[in-house]
Amino acid sequence: MTISRTTKIVLGVLTALVLALVYLPLGMVILNSFNTSSSFSWPPSGLTTNWWHAAWHNPDVRDSLRLSLEVAAMSTVIALVLGTMAALALARYRFFGQDAVSLLIILPIALPGIVTGLAFQNLFRSILNIDLGYWTIVVAHATFCIVTVFNNVLARLRRVGGNLEEASMDLGAGTFTTFRLVTFPALRSALLAGGLLAFALSFDEIIVTTFTAGGGTRTLPLWIYDHMFRPNDAPVVNVVAAALLVLSIVPIWLAQRLSQGEEMVGAR
Amino acid sequence: MQDVPRKRGVLHRHPRLRLGLLLSPPMLWLGVAYLTSLAVLLITAFWTTNTFTTEIERVWNLDNFRQLWNIDVYRTITIRTLWIAVLVTVVDALIAFPIAFFMAKVASRRWQRVLLIAVLMPLWASYLVKAYAWRAMFSGTGPLNWALDPIGLHLGYGLTATVITLAYLWLPYMILPMYAGLERVPDSVLEASADLGAKGGTTIRRVVLPILWPALFAGSIFTFSLTLGDYITVKIVGGTNQMIGNAVYDSALTGNNLPFAAALACVPVVIMLVYLAAVRRTGALDNL
Amino acid sequence: MRSVRTLATAAAVGAMILTFGGCGSSDDNKSSNGGATFTPPDLPMKKSLGKGEGAVSILAWAGYAEKEWVTPFEKATGCKATVKYFNTSDDAVNLIKSGDYDVVSASGDASLRMIAAGSVEPVNTDLVPNYKDVYPFLKDRPWNSVNGQMYGIPHGYGANLLMWNKKDVNPAPTDWSVVFGPDAAKYKGKVTAYDSPIYIADAALYLMNTKPDLKIKDPYALDQKQLDAAVALLKEQKKNVGEYWSDYAKEQSAFETGDTVVGTTWQVIASAVDPKKADVEAILPDSGSTGWSDTWMVATKSKHKNCAYLWMNDIISPKANAAVAQYFGESPSNPKACEFAAKGFCDTYHAGDAAYAAKIHYWNTPTAACLDGRKNVKCTDYQQWTQAWTEVKG
Repeated sequence: MTISRTTKIVLGVLTALVLALVYLPLGMVILNSFNTSSSFSWPPSGLTTNWWHAAWHNPDVRDSLRLSLEVAAMSTVIALVLGTMAALALARYRFFGQDAVSLLIILPIALPGIVTGLAFQNLFRSILNIDLGYWTIVVAHATFCIVTVFNNVLARLRRVGGNLEEASMDLGAGTFTTFRLVTFPALRSALLAGGLLAFALSFDEIIVTTFTAGGGTRTLPLWIYDHMFRPNDAPVVNVVAAALLVLSIVPIWLAQRLSQGEEMVGAR
Repeated sequence: MQDVPRKRGVLHRHPRLRLGLLLSPPMLWLGVAYLTSLAVLLITAFWTTNTFTTEIERVWNLDNFRQLWNIDVYRTITIRTLWIAVLVTVVDALIAFPIAFFMAKVASRRWQRVLLIAVLMPLWASYLVKAYAWRAMFSGTGPLNWALDPIGLHLGYGLTATVITLAYLWLPYMILPMYAGLERVPDSVLEASADLGAKGGTTIRRVVLPILWPALFAGSIFTFSLTLGDYITVKIVGGTNQMIGNAVYDSALTGNNLPFAAALACVPVVIMLVYLAAVRRTGALDNL
Repeated sequence: MRSVRTLATAAAVGAMILTFGGCGSSDDNKSSNGGATFTPPDLPMKKSLGKGEGAVSILAWAGYAEKEWVTPFEKATGCKATVKYFNTSDDAVNLIKSGDYDVVSASGDASLRMIAAGSVEPVNTDLVPNYKDVYPFLKDRPWNSVNGQMYGIPHGYGANLLMWNKKDVNPAPTDWSVVFGPDAAKYKGKVTAYDSPIYIADAALYLMNTKPDLKIKDPYALDQKQLDAAVALLKEQKKNVGEYWSDYAKEQSAFETGDTVVGTTWQVIASAVDPKKADVEAILPDSGSTGWSDTWMVATKSKHKNCAYLWMNDIISPKANAAVAQYFGESPSNPKACEFAAKGFCDTYHAGDAAYAAKIHYWNTPTAACLDGRKNVKCTDYQQWTQAWTEVKG
């Protein structure tokens, strides 16, 4: 290795410093979830576990959490299917308009969320006359989630090449058999990485959701947005955030284990 | 062997059909649902609203764009937002580089995994809660000003606070592509560069940077688009400032003037399209 | 989304309805002097109350139909309630047309539009036993009645107050000049203001009291010249504003940390501020203030009118009315609610204080037809206010 010891140490210290800075506000969130003051003013006026108790027994939190999980799961599934199809098409075929297709897939994440949200709201409400709700959120979320799956899968497909698939076909396996036995296993960790990111993107999305959720549907971020504004609920929001932070270790760790650290974020 | 062709089926014999079947669902989804909604939004920008009923009147005109152009405040807001986006991107790039480099080239396999989790985890904490945590940090009596006080500095709510908070929120989106990009540089290339007599700085400039640029641009697409579309952070820590997102949101939801909001929304869209076109040649889009 | 901000906007939009009423479709519009001066569609009023239909579909502002009081209502009446929240008054106006909803909570800016469109029908207040208890000063108001006929049941109101930190602001202010006048410079960077176009009315109200030559008669009826004056005042004020607030928590924490020491507020925020951190006082200045007043109405196409009436009666029943008022932070419309509210709640919110209520200029939606009855000029509408607000913030 050419990197000198000093450089390594400097880099290591910088990394530690940045991470400390990243976790400082998160630490505040956790601390505030025990703060007796109902607004997040500093320093905490005292410590209590009341908010954790209140959050645990809050049915709205549970409803919103369930809705968020359902939305994120459905969006991820759609993104996995559509993203993989698009990636297969682009990796295994040459065709006219290839660039346009990849641009179209990137567009929903490259354009600001407020534009995507406004455009979908207008389409659903003014043009199609659909009531906003679960499915309108899913459609909007899936749209910008496709790209994360697409990129991960595409990078993997380019790396493994098409030889194995051709061999499989030559040996008589059909299109679907080949996909099931050859392509899919090669893609598994890429799908996991892409799916996980899609899930995370959808789960914490607020701007597009604001525009595509109807009055009665509240995802967790929307619930948080509503309740950060009520002095007596704000601490409960902190608890929810702290809990999510701690719980988020589980899916990430699981994904890491399953993919053995390989290409976790892929070509993100 | 006779039944083999049948088993392979139509799909095997017609690659173009396979391509068509693979491509049509995602293209239908994005092309029809997404592009249509964007197109409809654009068309709406050429209509007006009846000020009594707030119903949209389908009368073609350029009034919205004319207003956008003639009223100074929208130009001010656009320029301010662009500045914020540029600063956020620069700050994120500067912070992300050492971390990404350390993760990709210095850390052991085990630590790599740990660091990756550490970088990814904040993505799961609620965006709003993080923004509010920064609000507490920037408060006159908050920890940040408590720490800065001895050196005579004071950081209140305002544009600086907005840039710092947004840079914080989008940091993982910059680290990830950079890390992925650097990981693809084989260590042997760095060694070869050194063996050929290049100093550390030269290696970074001639070997690492060319690989890093596309990754950096990929990350910047996120920081740019996320910043251009944000209207919440600036409300929380931005003092009296507003960004394009606020203007769009206010026109659409508060003022019930969708046509004007649509015209306003064209501003970030045009900026992003120009930006995409500019960074496309660098290969950034493959690094997203 | 059920945020306070949208609520406030909605309330503001309610005011808008009033304007629309004033200039509604021409055949309805028999012009007269100010207020709702149109003839609404001739719709029958419910004559008698039958048995509940077993279901009711409620269209409400968030916070107005929470489980806490909806569930007891369902148990008591057998009317299974489905609640749909709306985001803005315009949403409400559109949704109620569909005929899918039985009863709606309308702000002053939506109610008259619904009446004019025939989406809601006159309310027979005799069928709402609790109505007799409602404060008289909430009855027969321009945003809930036409020509003496009630179109809904008022259920709550509130004022935008002037709040300051007693430690930092001396002498104690008595009117809005502390945020709009020269005194504001003393608190440069620590003044706050409400982040919504409707806040322009606060500036207009101040000008109405201090600049008689502008001839502002109603802070929601501003011609171009008057709007320009209000905008100029707000731009001047911005130099002293530290931040604009749009939600409870933001203002509460700003006062507690001392980042803000004076500005407009709601009673619910004033009560929430931790006295150990900031010793605040909030008043309704004698010169008046802006505020909101909301009404429950029955949809013309409703198929569950009995349940709708039962709901309207229930929501202003002492217990439910107290629950809503406390949840949302406003004054109840039924004095008997005070027995069920937390101790001192009604005093804090000045429930029933008619003199206090008279000082409130309730949110109304500005429209091109001047709300103050002027015929010779065109007033500025809410869209213009929205753009003006964007300009103020710069």
